[in-house]
Amino acid sequence: MSPVSRGFRRKREAAPAGRVPPGQYVTKDFPVLSAGPTPHTPLSTWTFSIDGGREPMSWTWEEFRALPAETLTTDIHCVTRWSKLDTAWQGVSLDVLLGMVDYDARYVLAFSDGGYTTNLPVADLLGGKAWVAFDYEGAPLGAEHGGPARLLVPHLYFWKSAKWVRGLQLRDTDVPGFWENYGYNMYGDPWREQRYAGD
Amino acid sequence: MAGTAVRGRLSWQTATVGPVTDETAKVRTLRLEVPDWPGHRAGQHVDIRLTADDGYQAERAYSIASAPGEPLAITVERLDDGEVSPYLTEDARTGDQLEVRGPIGGYFVWEEDSGGPLLLAAGGSGIVPLRAIVRERSRAGSSVPVRLLYSSRSWEDVIYSSEFGLPPGGVEVIYTLTRSQPRMWQGYARRVDNQMLAEVAWPASERPLAYVCGPTSFVESVAAGLVGLGYPAGRVKTERFGATGQ
Amino acid sequence: MDDNAVDGNAIGGLMMAVFGTEMTTAVAICGSCGAVSQVAELPVYMPGLGIVVRCRSCDSVLMVFTGVRQVTCVDLMGLASLD
Repeated sequence: MSPVSRGFRRKREAAPAGRVPPGQYVTKDFPVLSAGPTPHTPLSTWTFSIDGGREPMSWTWEEFRALPAETLTTDIHCVTRWSKLDTAWQGVSLDVLLGMVDYDARYVLAFSDGGYTTNLPVADLLGGKAWVAFDYEGAPLGAEHGGPARLLVPHLYFWKSAKWVRGLQLRDTDVPGFWENYGYNMYGDPWREQRYAGD
Repeated sequence: MAGTAVRGRLSWQTATVGPVTDETAKVRTLRLEVPDWPGHRAGQHVDIRLTADDGYQAERAYSIASAPGEPLAITVERLDDGEVSPYLTEDARTGDQLEVRGPIGGYFVWEEDSGGPLLLAAGGSGIVPLRAIVRERSRAGSSVPVRLLYSSRSWEDVIYSSEFGLPPGGVEVIYTLTRSQPRMWQGYARRVDNQMLAEVAWPASERPLAYVCGPTSFVESVAAGLVGLGYPAGRVKTERFGATGQ
Repeated sequence: MDDNAVDGNAIGGLMMAVFGTEMTTAVAICGSCGAVSQVAELPVYMPGLGIVVRCRSCDSVLMVFTGVRQVTCVDLMGLASLD
């Protein structure tokens, strides 16, 4: 049994009841948490692509930014137990992006600059639940937080919101991405505390 | 102790906070009393673990500030968005308990047999393990020449200033104050660059040994600069603290 | 090296606990590009979900440490060798 360090406690902010999933605490910080070096892809070579549909689809930065975008304010929940409330984003809905692809796959593997991947059911990208976000708190998304664009899927643990996202691979089967491979949950619902495989 | 490995304990041991000393407004040295402390080598660190009364635990690594043979001490800088450092620098009192694992590290260590001349380069709180090395040099009665290049934001941020104000014979301390300087400051007033290294570092022909510690960007820049001056990469030891965000 | 990375010194305690011995001086050979490095000099990322140790030259993942339900798991598959 470890001795208690008198007076030590986790930093936390007060949270409205019911707002925060089980086991989470609220923070005002937005820590930079990365599994690898920050990529710096020039916008002139950046593309977002969706593969595995009837035909591959790809957008340049200009084409991507010409698509209708939405602003949203949402809460985000990290599996390391911090939640951040009322974060403001601007992004292109996956309903728009997937709406331009002819496919019948049920799963995606999202892939990013630097090699990060994460898997999701297609259903969790549709119905106004997911975006490719390029603006955070009214300014272009900084590189350390995933800019120029990251996946944003706030109803799942935030490791599913892949930073530096470059596209989706549509698949018939669900394959584990980077953290899922190391024991994190294939789905990751914070409201059911699905942190690890088997939860 | 010279040349032998001091095996670290693999498990966590309870430590009691002893006397604490405020070094600067944001930096505090804490003596730690650990029963059966096996001793340590200059340059090593310890892992510290805190436990809250709800069971929550947080761990961080801190360089050992004391020389071998001196009571175990760590020097901690308070990070504004930190979780452990604010506790250690502001709340922890003599008599409080925490856990220690170590000593840790066989790479970033110096003892008399390692030789010199020594080029020590510190960025901010990177000074901590280098101070242990300087103290070990004195304790061992070594006469290897030392140049310590210490980069700090301002004079108020310099740690151990009174100790370095009267350095031991053969130790030269060169400061660079990067953000603000006292009136009448005659020393360097900019971030370490290749020009400064060329002026301060021992020539490669003297076969110096370098230890570089501090934020990652500082260490990368200085280590590359030393290699550029002809230091073999194997004679430049590095310890990177990440991005301090300050 | 990325400014946010620390190096292998920072995980010396974890590695001592996992491998039973001091590992910062251990020599790692990258399975992707063959680069040789002491563990102390490798870039280490700590995003909270786990600890990712990468190759100094090509950034390939060499080691991953995760703590799942109080058990530390270590994946060394990115290494050609470590000793």
